[in-house]
Amino acid sequence: MTEEIVNEMPKGEEIVAEIDKFDELPDAPPKRRIKLTWLGKLSVVIVVFWVVIAFIGPWIAPFHEMDIEGDDSFLDAYDNFYLGTDHLGRDTFSRILWGARMTIGISLAATLLAYCMGITLGIAAAVKGGWFDMIVSRLNDAVLALPSIMLGLIAIAAFGSSIPILITIAAIIYASSVFRIARALGQDIMVQDFVEAAKARGEGIWWIIRAEVLPNAAMPLATDFGLRLVFVVLFISSLSFLGLGVQPPQADWGSMVRENLQGLSYKSYAAIWPAFAIASFTIAINLIVDDVSAKSGGSLAKKMV
Amino acid sequence: MDKLLEVKDLRISAYNDDAVEIPIVKGVNFDIYKGQVVALIGESGSGKTTISLASLAYTKPGLEIVGGEILLKGEDVLKASPLRQRELRGASVAYLAQSAAATFNPAITIGEQVTESAVLHGVLTQEQATKRAEALYHALELPNPDRIGYRYPHQVSGGQLQRLMAAMALCGKPDLMVLDEPTTALDVTTQIEVLKAFKKVIREEDAAAIYVTHDLAVVAQIADHIVVLYGGEVMEQGTADQIINHPTHAYTRRLMDAVRPTPEAGQGSDVGEEHFREIPAVTVNRMTAGYGRKPNGEPAVTVLRDINVNVKNGHVVGVIGESGCGKSTLARVMAGLLPPSKGELKLDGNGLNGDMSDRSLEELQKIQFVFQMADTALNPKQEIGEIIGRPLEFYHGLTGKEKHQKVVEILEMVELTPEFVSRYPMELSGGQKQRINLARSLAANPEVMLCDEVTSALDSIVGANVIKLLTALRDKTGVSFVFISHDLSTVSSFADEIVVLYAGRVVEQGPTDEVLTPPFHPYTRLLISSVPEMRLGWLEETMNKREMAVGISKGVEITAVGCPFFNRCPVAIAGTCDTKTAPARELNDGHQISCHLTIDQLEQSEAHAAAQVAKMQNEPTSPSAA
Repeated sequence: MTEEIVNEMPKGEEIVAEIDKFDELPDAPPKRRIKLTWLGKLSVVIVVFWVVIAFIGPWIAPFHEMDIEGDDSFLDAYDNFYLGTDHLGRDTFSRILWGARMTIGISLAATLLAYCMGITLGIAAAVKGGWFDMIVSRLNDAVLALPSIMLGLIAIAAFGSSIPILITIAAIIYASSVFRIARALGQDIMVQDFVEAAKARGEGIWWIIRAEVLPNAAMPLATDFGLRLVFVVLFISSLSFLGLGVQPPQADWGSMVRENLQGLSYKSYAAIWPAFAIASFTIAINLIVDDVSAKSGGSLAKKMV
Repeated sequence: MDKLLEVKDLRISAYNDDAVEIPIVKGVNFDIYKGQVVALIGESGSGKTTISLASLAYTKPGLEIVGGEILLKGEDVLKASPLRQRELRGASVAYLAQSAAATFNPAITIGEQVTESAVLHGVLTQEQATKRAEALYHALELPNPDRIGYRYPHQVSGGQLQRLMAAMALCGKPDLMVLDEPTTALDVTTQIEVLKAFKKVIREEDAAAIYVTHDLAVVAQIADHIVVLYGGEVMEQGTADQIINHPTHAYTRRLMDAVRPTPEAGQGSDVGEEHFREIPAVTVNRMTAGYGRKPNGEPAVTVLRDINVNVKNGHVVGVIGESGCGKSTLARVMAGLLPPSKGELKLDGNGLNGDMSDRSLEELQKIQFVFQMADTALNPKQEIGEIIGRPLEFYHGLTGKEKHQKVVEILEMVELTPEFVSRYPMELSGGQKQRINLARSLAANPEVMLCDEVTSALDSIVGANVIKLLTALRDKTGVSFVFISHDLSTVSSFADEIVVLYAGRVVEQGPTDEVLTPPFHPYTRLLISSVPEMRLGWLEETMNKREMAVGISKGVEITAVGCPFFNRCPVAIAGTCDTKTAPARELNDGHQISCHLTIDQLEQSEAHAAAQVAKMQNEPTSPSAA
């Protein structure tokens, strides 16, 4: 073995030239792109579909959400009542299209608000630390300790049920979990060398938050956003189901399930269709989150739930 | 001799996202005989760890063994059933990971973990295993061998933990041990202690081992057979004597060049006078610092005591010492990250505030800190252009095209091409990342750069390149460097002045040539003797030296009174050294040694030690000659 190599070896000056051939070996992993599985792709289609419906629903719906146009209540599909009628004889199909705006709109608004509050306070608590962190964290623990539905019920009992109040309540309840995640992520990132390097450079607190902390927290926060949105949809739906959410005659998927529950005994699907809408939207989001988190370094998103 | 392991035409590949095959190991052949240590040597990315893991029929996730066979005592482990492979792992082939600290479970006693695998595989009963473990602790020369099994991993030192890991691997009497860079992360003094123990125990147990490393000097001490790898291919292989003394392949020679030279006088580069100014760039005067705060304002843990250091313009000051001596703390004080509790700092002769937040932008810009680990010191979400551009914008207000131009200029200074501007740190090699790390500090146009162990995490070739770069930068820009390292040979090839820190005190300082010529402080002598030399038999020779007998295998302890080196010092005077602070003795040229012994006494002890070494070298019984 060795003799063979000796014979192959270049001699003298050739060796000097040869030496330069051995470059530093890169240890760079191949660049990771987010690639969705077919299930993930299907889920994206479903979510996009519902978001589009939320925007254009009222214009493409055959009837107004409040119009009682059907011949009778709890009818099966006929004519242009594609999904039959509900307990008052309104068109179920039209009400689902109208309700998309309400359900998705409210949840999206509440989740966004929850994120604004949660991230701002969470990152601020991580960066500032000390007494500020102490006060905000303990307050947050208090909110977390209360059961969310009970908290919602009490708040609605006190302030009445209107859409802005619904959004605010949902936002406050879910901001507490976002705060927890943002603070934990922030604390992890704050002790990294690159943050210390920025501090040693003399950077201000805003630069550190904006340029060093947030970009590194963005991916896990984004995966969590999808999950949080699902929770809010379910929360709003359960409030509506109890009759405390969106008030009739406005359509929203949760309240539609409640209103039409009695129809099940008349072999009516009026309660099934909105339940299916909720399920398809939330499951689709969950599948996307699963896909994304599997690609972006594993079980982070799962750990956070 | 029996063939223990045969690796035949081993091929391992990775697959990227598009299912394209990337060959990592390209047909490697080598054999291991019973009682033999085979070293796999190469820089990072050469596939040495991958090959060593394959001998356990294991690959890291994402890799796949695509061809070849690995015969362990005639049995092809790659074709064995998963159940059989599990039997082999731990029982027949034991793996020692690089970091013992990460391998041990902090919540379980050491003894339990050392015996676990042997008992699990049914090789020994718990009782037999405990007995064998104790015998191994004795063989590995661990302190309190009868008790150490009942302790927890955090209660022993890093070097001891590394040796305990060897006990863990050997407990089940494996046929083959796989050692993956077991000494790379250790101080030179600890490395010797671990190497010695490994070598002894391997010989006593007549075990065979694969030793993975990038350090030829270490390999020369322990290996019988050496396989040189580059890019997943064998460049050259042969006996240790062949490879070390008569290398034939160009790549082996290149590895040789990167081996740290023995620290000797006359290596420190001459300072060009063009950047010289009368006033030192940074002065540290009678400074004491530590962590935490007691009610009386003193630090809860005092790390540095009474430090005086001058960093002259355009000079490189090397700070050396083992881990725990306060080297990084010194740099952090200079950078203002840790305000000192006593003493003063000066920048260009003007007072400098100890707390960074009270420093002006100009003062911040003039002192730049370079972090040790480029992997973590660069924000993974920022492009290189952004990383280097920020200091330009922050300190010098450059934006747009001007900034871009300057970024490209700086990239050129660290020998990288302009296309790096739009890359992310993830896409770079270790050496390139370290260059970017340096470039970021350079972009501030500083007067002083504080480099904290910037070459320690790099393998020898890449590290040598970074040192070359730093030297070039110093000559070109006149920046002063404070270069922190536990590796005396790196420092001595590059620094103009050396500060030797021990347990938070300066024990010796002065120009490099002066510090590296006798007389030495006993601690400096210990450090110098600990730098591995690339010749066979060096380890045995060194272990017989007097300073090793006392100094090795004891850790750094910070003491408030007396000389902290007292308990490791071969020439300590009981009653004096442990009670009184050592006086600083002036030699010529600003060379200073803090020791109770007078210079004459130190010189005498030096002559004595030299005579001893000479005597030893003349004895033909050294194991290398055998």
